[in-house]
Amino acid sequence: MSAPVRENPVNKYLRTERMPSIWCPGCGIGTTVNCFARALDELQESGFSLDKLAVVSGIGCTGRVAGYMKVDSFHTTHGRAIPFATGLQLANPELKVVVYSGDGDLSAIGGNHLIHAARRNANLLVVCVNNFTYGMTGGQVTPTTFKPAIASTTPYGAFEQTFNQPDLVASAGGVFVARWTAYHVRQIAKTMGEALNKKGFRFIEILAPCPTLYLRRNKLGEGLDEMKYYQEKSVIRNGASTKDVGLDYRKELVVGKFVDIERQPLEEAMEARMREVLGSKFVPYTTPVAKV
Amino acid sequence: MSNANSSGVLTGSHYLDGDHACSEGAIAAGCRFAAGYPITPSTEVVERISQRFPHVGGRFLQFEDELAASIALLGGAWGGAKALTVTSGPGFSLMMEHIGYAAITETPCVYINVQRAGPSTGLPTQPAQGDMMQARFGSHGDYRLIALCPNSPQECFDLTVEAFNLSEEYRVPVLVMLDEVVGHMTEKVVIPEAKDIKVTERKWTAKKPGEYKPFDANGGLVPEMVKAGDGYCIHVTGLTHDDRGYPAMTVPAHEKMQLRLRDKLLNNVDQIVRWEEKDLEGAEVVVVSYGITSRVAEKAIQQAKAKGVKVGSFRIITAWPFPEKQIAALASKVKAFVVPELNLGQMSLEVERVVNGRCKTVPVHHVGGTVHTPESITAKILEAVR
Repeated sequence: MSAPVRENPVNKYLRTERMPSIWCPGCGIGTTVNCFARALDELQESGFSLDKLAVVSGIGCTGRVAGYMKVDSFHTTHGRAIPFATGLQLANPELKVVVYSGDGDLSAIGGNHLIHAARRNANLLVVCVNNFTYGMTGGQVTPTTFKPAIASTTPYGAFEQTFNQPDLVASAGGVFVARWTAYHVRQIAKTMGEALNKKGFRFIEILAPCPTLYLRRNKLGEGLDEMKYYQEKSVIRNGASTKDVGLDYRKELVVGKFVDIERQPLEEAMEARMREVLGSKFVPYTTPVAKV
Repeated sequence: MSNANSSGVLTGSHYLDGDHACSEGAIAAGCRFAAGYPITPSTEVVERISQRFPHVGGRFLQFEDELAASIALLGGAWGGAKALTVTSGPGFSLMMEHIGYAAITETPCVYINVQRAGPSTGLPTQPAQGDMMQARFGSHGDYRLIALCPNSPQECFDLTVEAFNLSEEYRVPVLVMLDEVVGHMTEKVVIPEAKDIKVTERKWTAKKPGEYKPFDANGGLVPEMVKAGDGYCIHVTGLTHDDRGYPAMTVPAHEKMQLRLRDKLLNNVDQIVRWEEKDLEGAEVVVVSYGITSRVAEKAIQQAKAKGVKVGSFRIITAWPFPEKQIAALASKVKAFVVPELNLGQMSLEVERVVNGRCKTVPVHHVGGTVHTPESITAKILEAVR
């Protein structure tokens, strides 16, 4: 018999001194962070130093992820995690930069940055925890709230078309696009690991319960009920066309890895162009060394 | 202080406009990351940077909007680079949130604003000085920064170098506040040899990971810095934070953070404030001006002198922090300050506040779109001396 595990194996990736987290019981964000920590475990086994990982978040419940990860982490402004991360990565290309934020932050206020970063193939992994609502401000409608779900600002039910986020990112040029639910913990960790080892603009959407606001207001039960729903209604279709993975209220949930292609990432495209035109006159960028 | 990296410095005499001189100043100061979005009359700064950077090891990216550009440079700064963005009018309004973020996260960075007449789209290719109060108070909340006002292409070069130096010294956003005329006027610019350009490097910590706290100023006012990727496991947030950078949602934490952010500039104001004075000895009237308006005011001062008035000149170089002590000292010696500016009263309000009734403050308003006529300023000087 092996010795009992004395500490949660994900603890070494967390700023445990900041626990407990702000997240409600039954919230799915922490589950995804647990998966992320497990993916980092695997990454370290392949020799990657966590010193070279940076996590960047925007604002909102998922926006707090950066602050709990025990790596270089940046809690930026609402919607702007992606351009901050783009600047960070271009100025320090040794870094693996992960943007970790919510659906409202990434697809509403930050929507323009999401599509442009995908278009230019910025070298970022974006993890979008989609709980269909603005949690931190009290449960308002987002671009992913299904018709006719109730939100605090759609008291008579949502009436707008939602974003099909995987399709949005794939159409804009993302090279890796996947979706799971908070129920699919092993798949999330595996997909995160795969995405961490790839270059270019990678996007993972994770559907997650918000029991306090979205579920309660729509009389959908507790976090556990939502996990059962994810279990029952999820259909894994790896390689599905993102055109066919749109979601609807309480309907089937298409999950899996939809896109995994190769395209020159932003910084390589930038440098290749300069080299081609300027030849030996081109002076490549080097990150400044912190000399005292 | 060290010397500029000679590989980037275009030593020699040039015929440059103010915008291009800013680009060269940035390169000389060691800026190697820039983010931009086109907007007249500031675009020439990033046009030149986009052409020059690949020759000097810099990275420039044009972003999708000013919201992106104004935070991408902060990402660049935490990645280790000296970083810049440039804008005008509406773009400056869009950048305000991130100037506040730079202030609270103490990120060294430079924002260049080539002012045009507003509000809103206003007069896109014509000059104004209407963003001076926005420069000071534009982002929400209470914070301080440094704003410099060049009045020639030469000064665009010199003060852009200075802007980077000050931003590294105090870990604050520094604004370079041109106006359209200074940005587009072409004059001789002498770029010194690299060894004669003083450059302030980032204040990297000598501490080891574990000992280092990113927002602990160690009894001083400006904390040492690290960059991402060096094992320090830093956390940076726009929330009120403690010395570790961790969110701290308490009044004492907010007070501690805010007072240090204030004091790092307030207590160093004598090292920061820059101005230029002429003929103050025995002056009855002092013209207080900045940017292009100071060039027009020179002619007005000559005209008034020809009529026998004793006129001096006080040119504001740091609009923020305002040269308060210097103006206050003059207030009890002169009859009046005459303050021409291309707005309907901004820095003149600051002069009035500092003067506090000890002499007259006579603003010379102009809505912008063009510059003052010297005569309009001369008339106010003559009126003020009566």
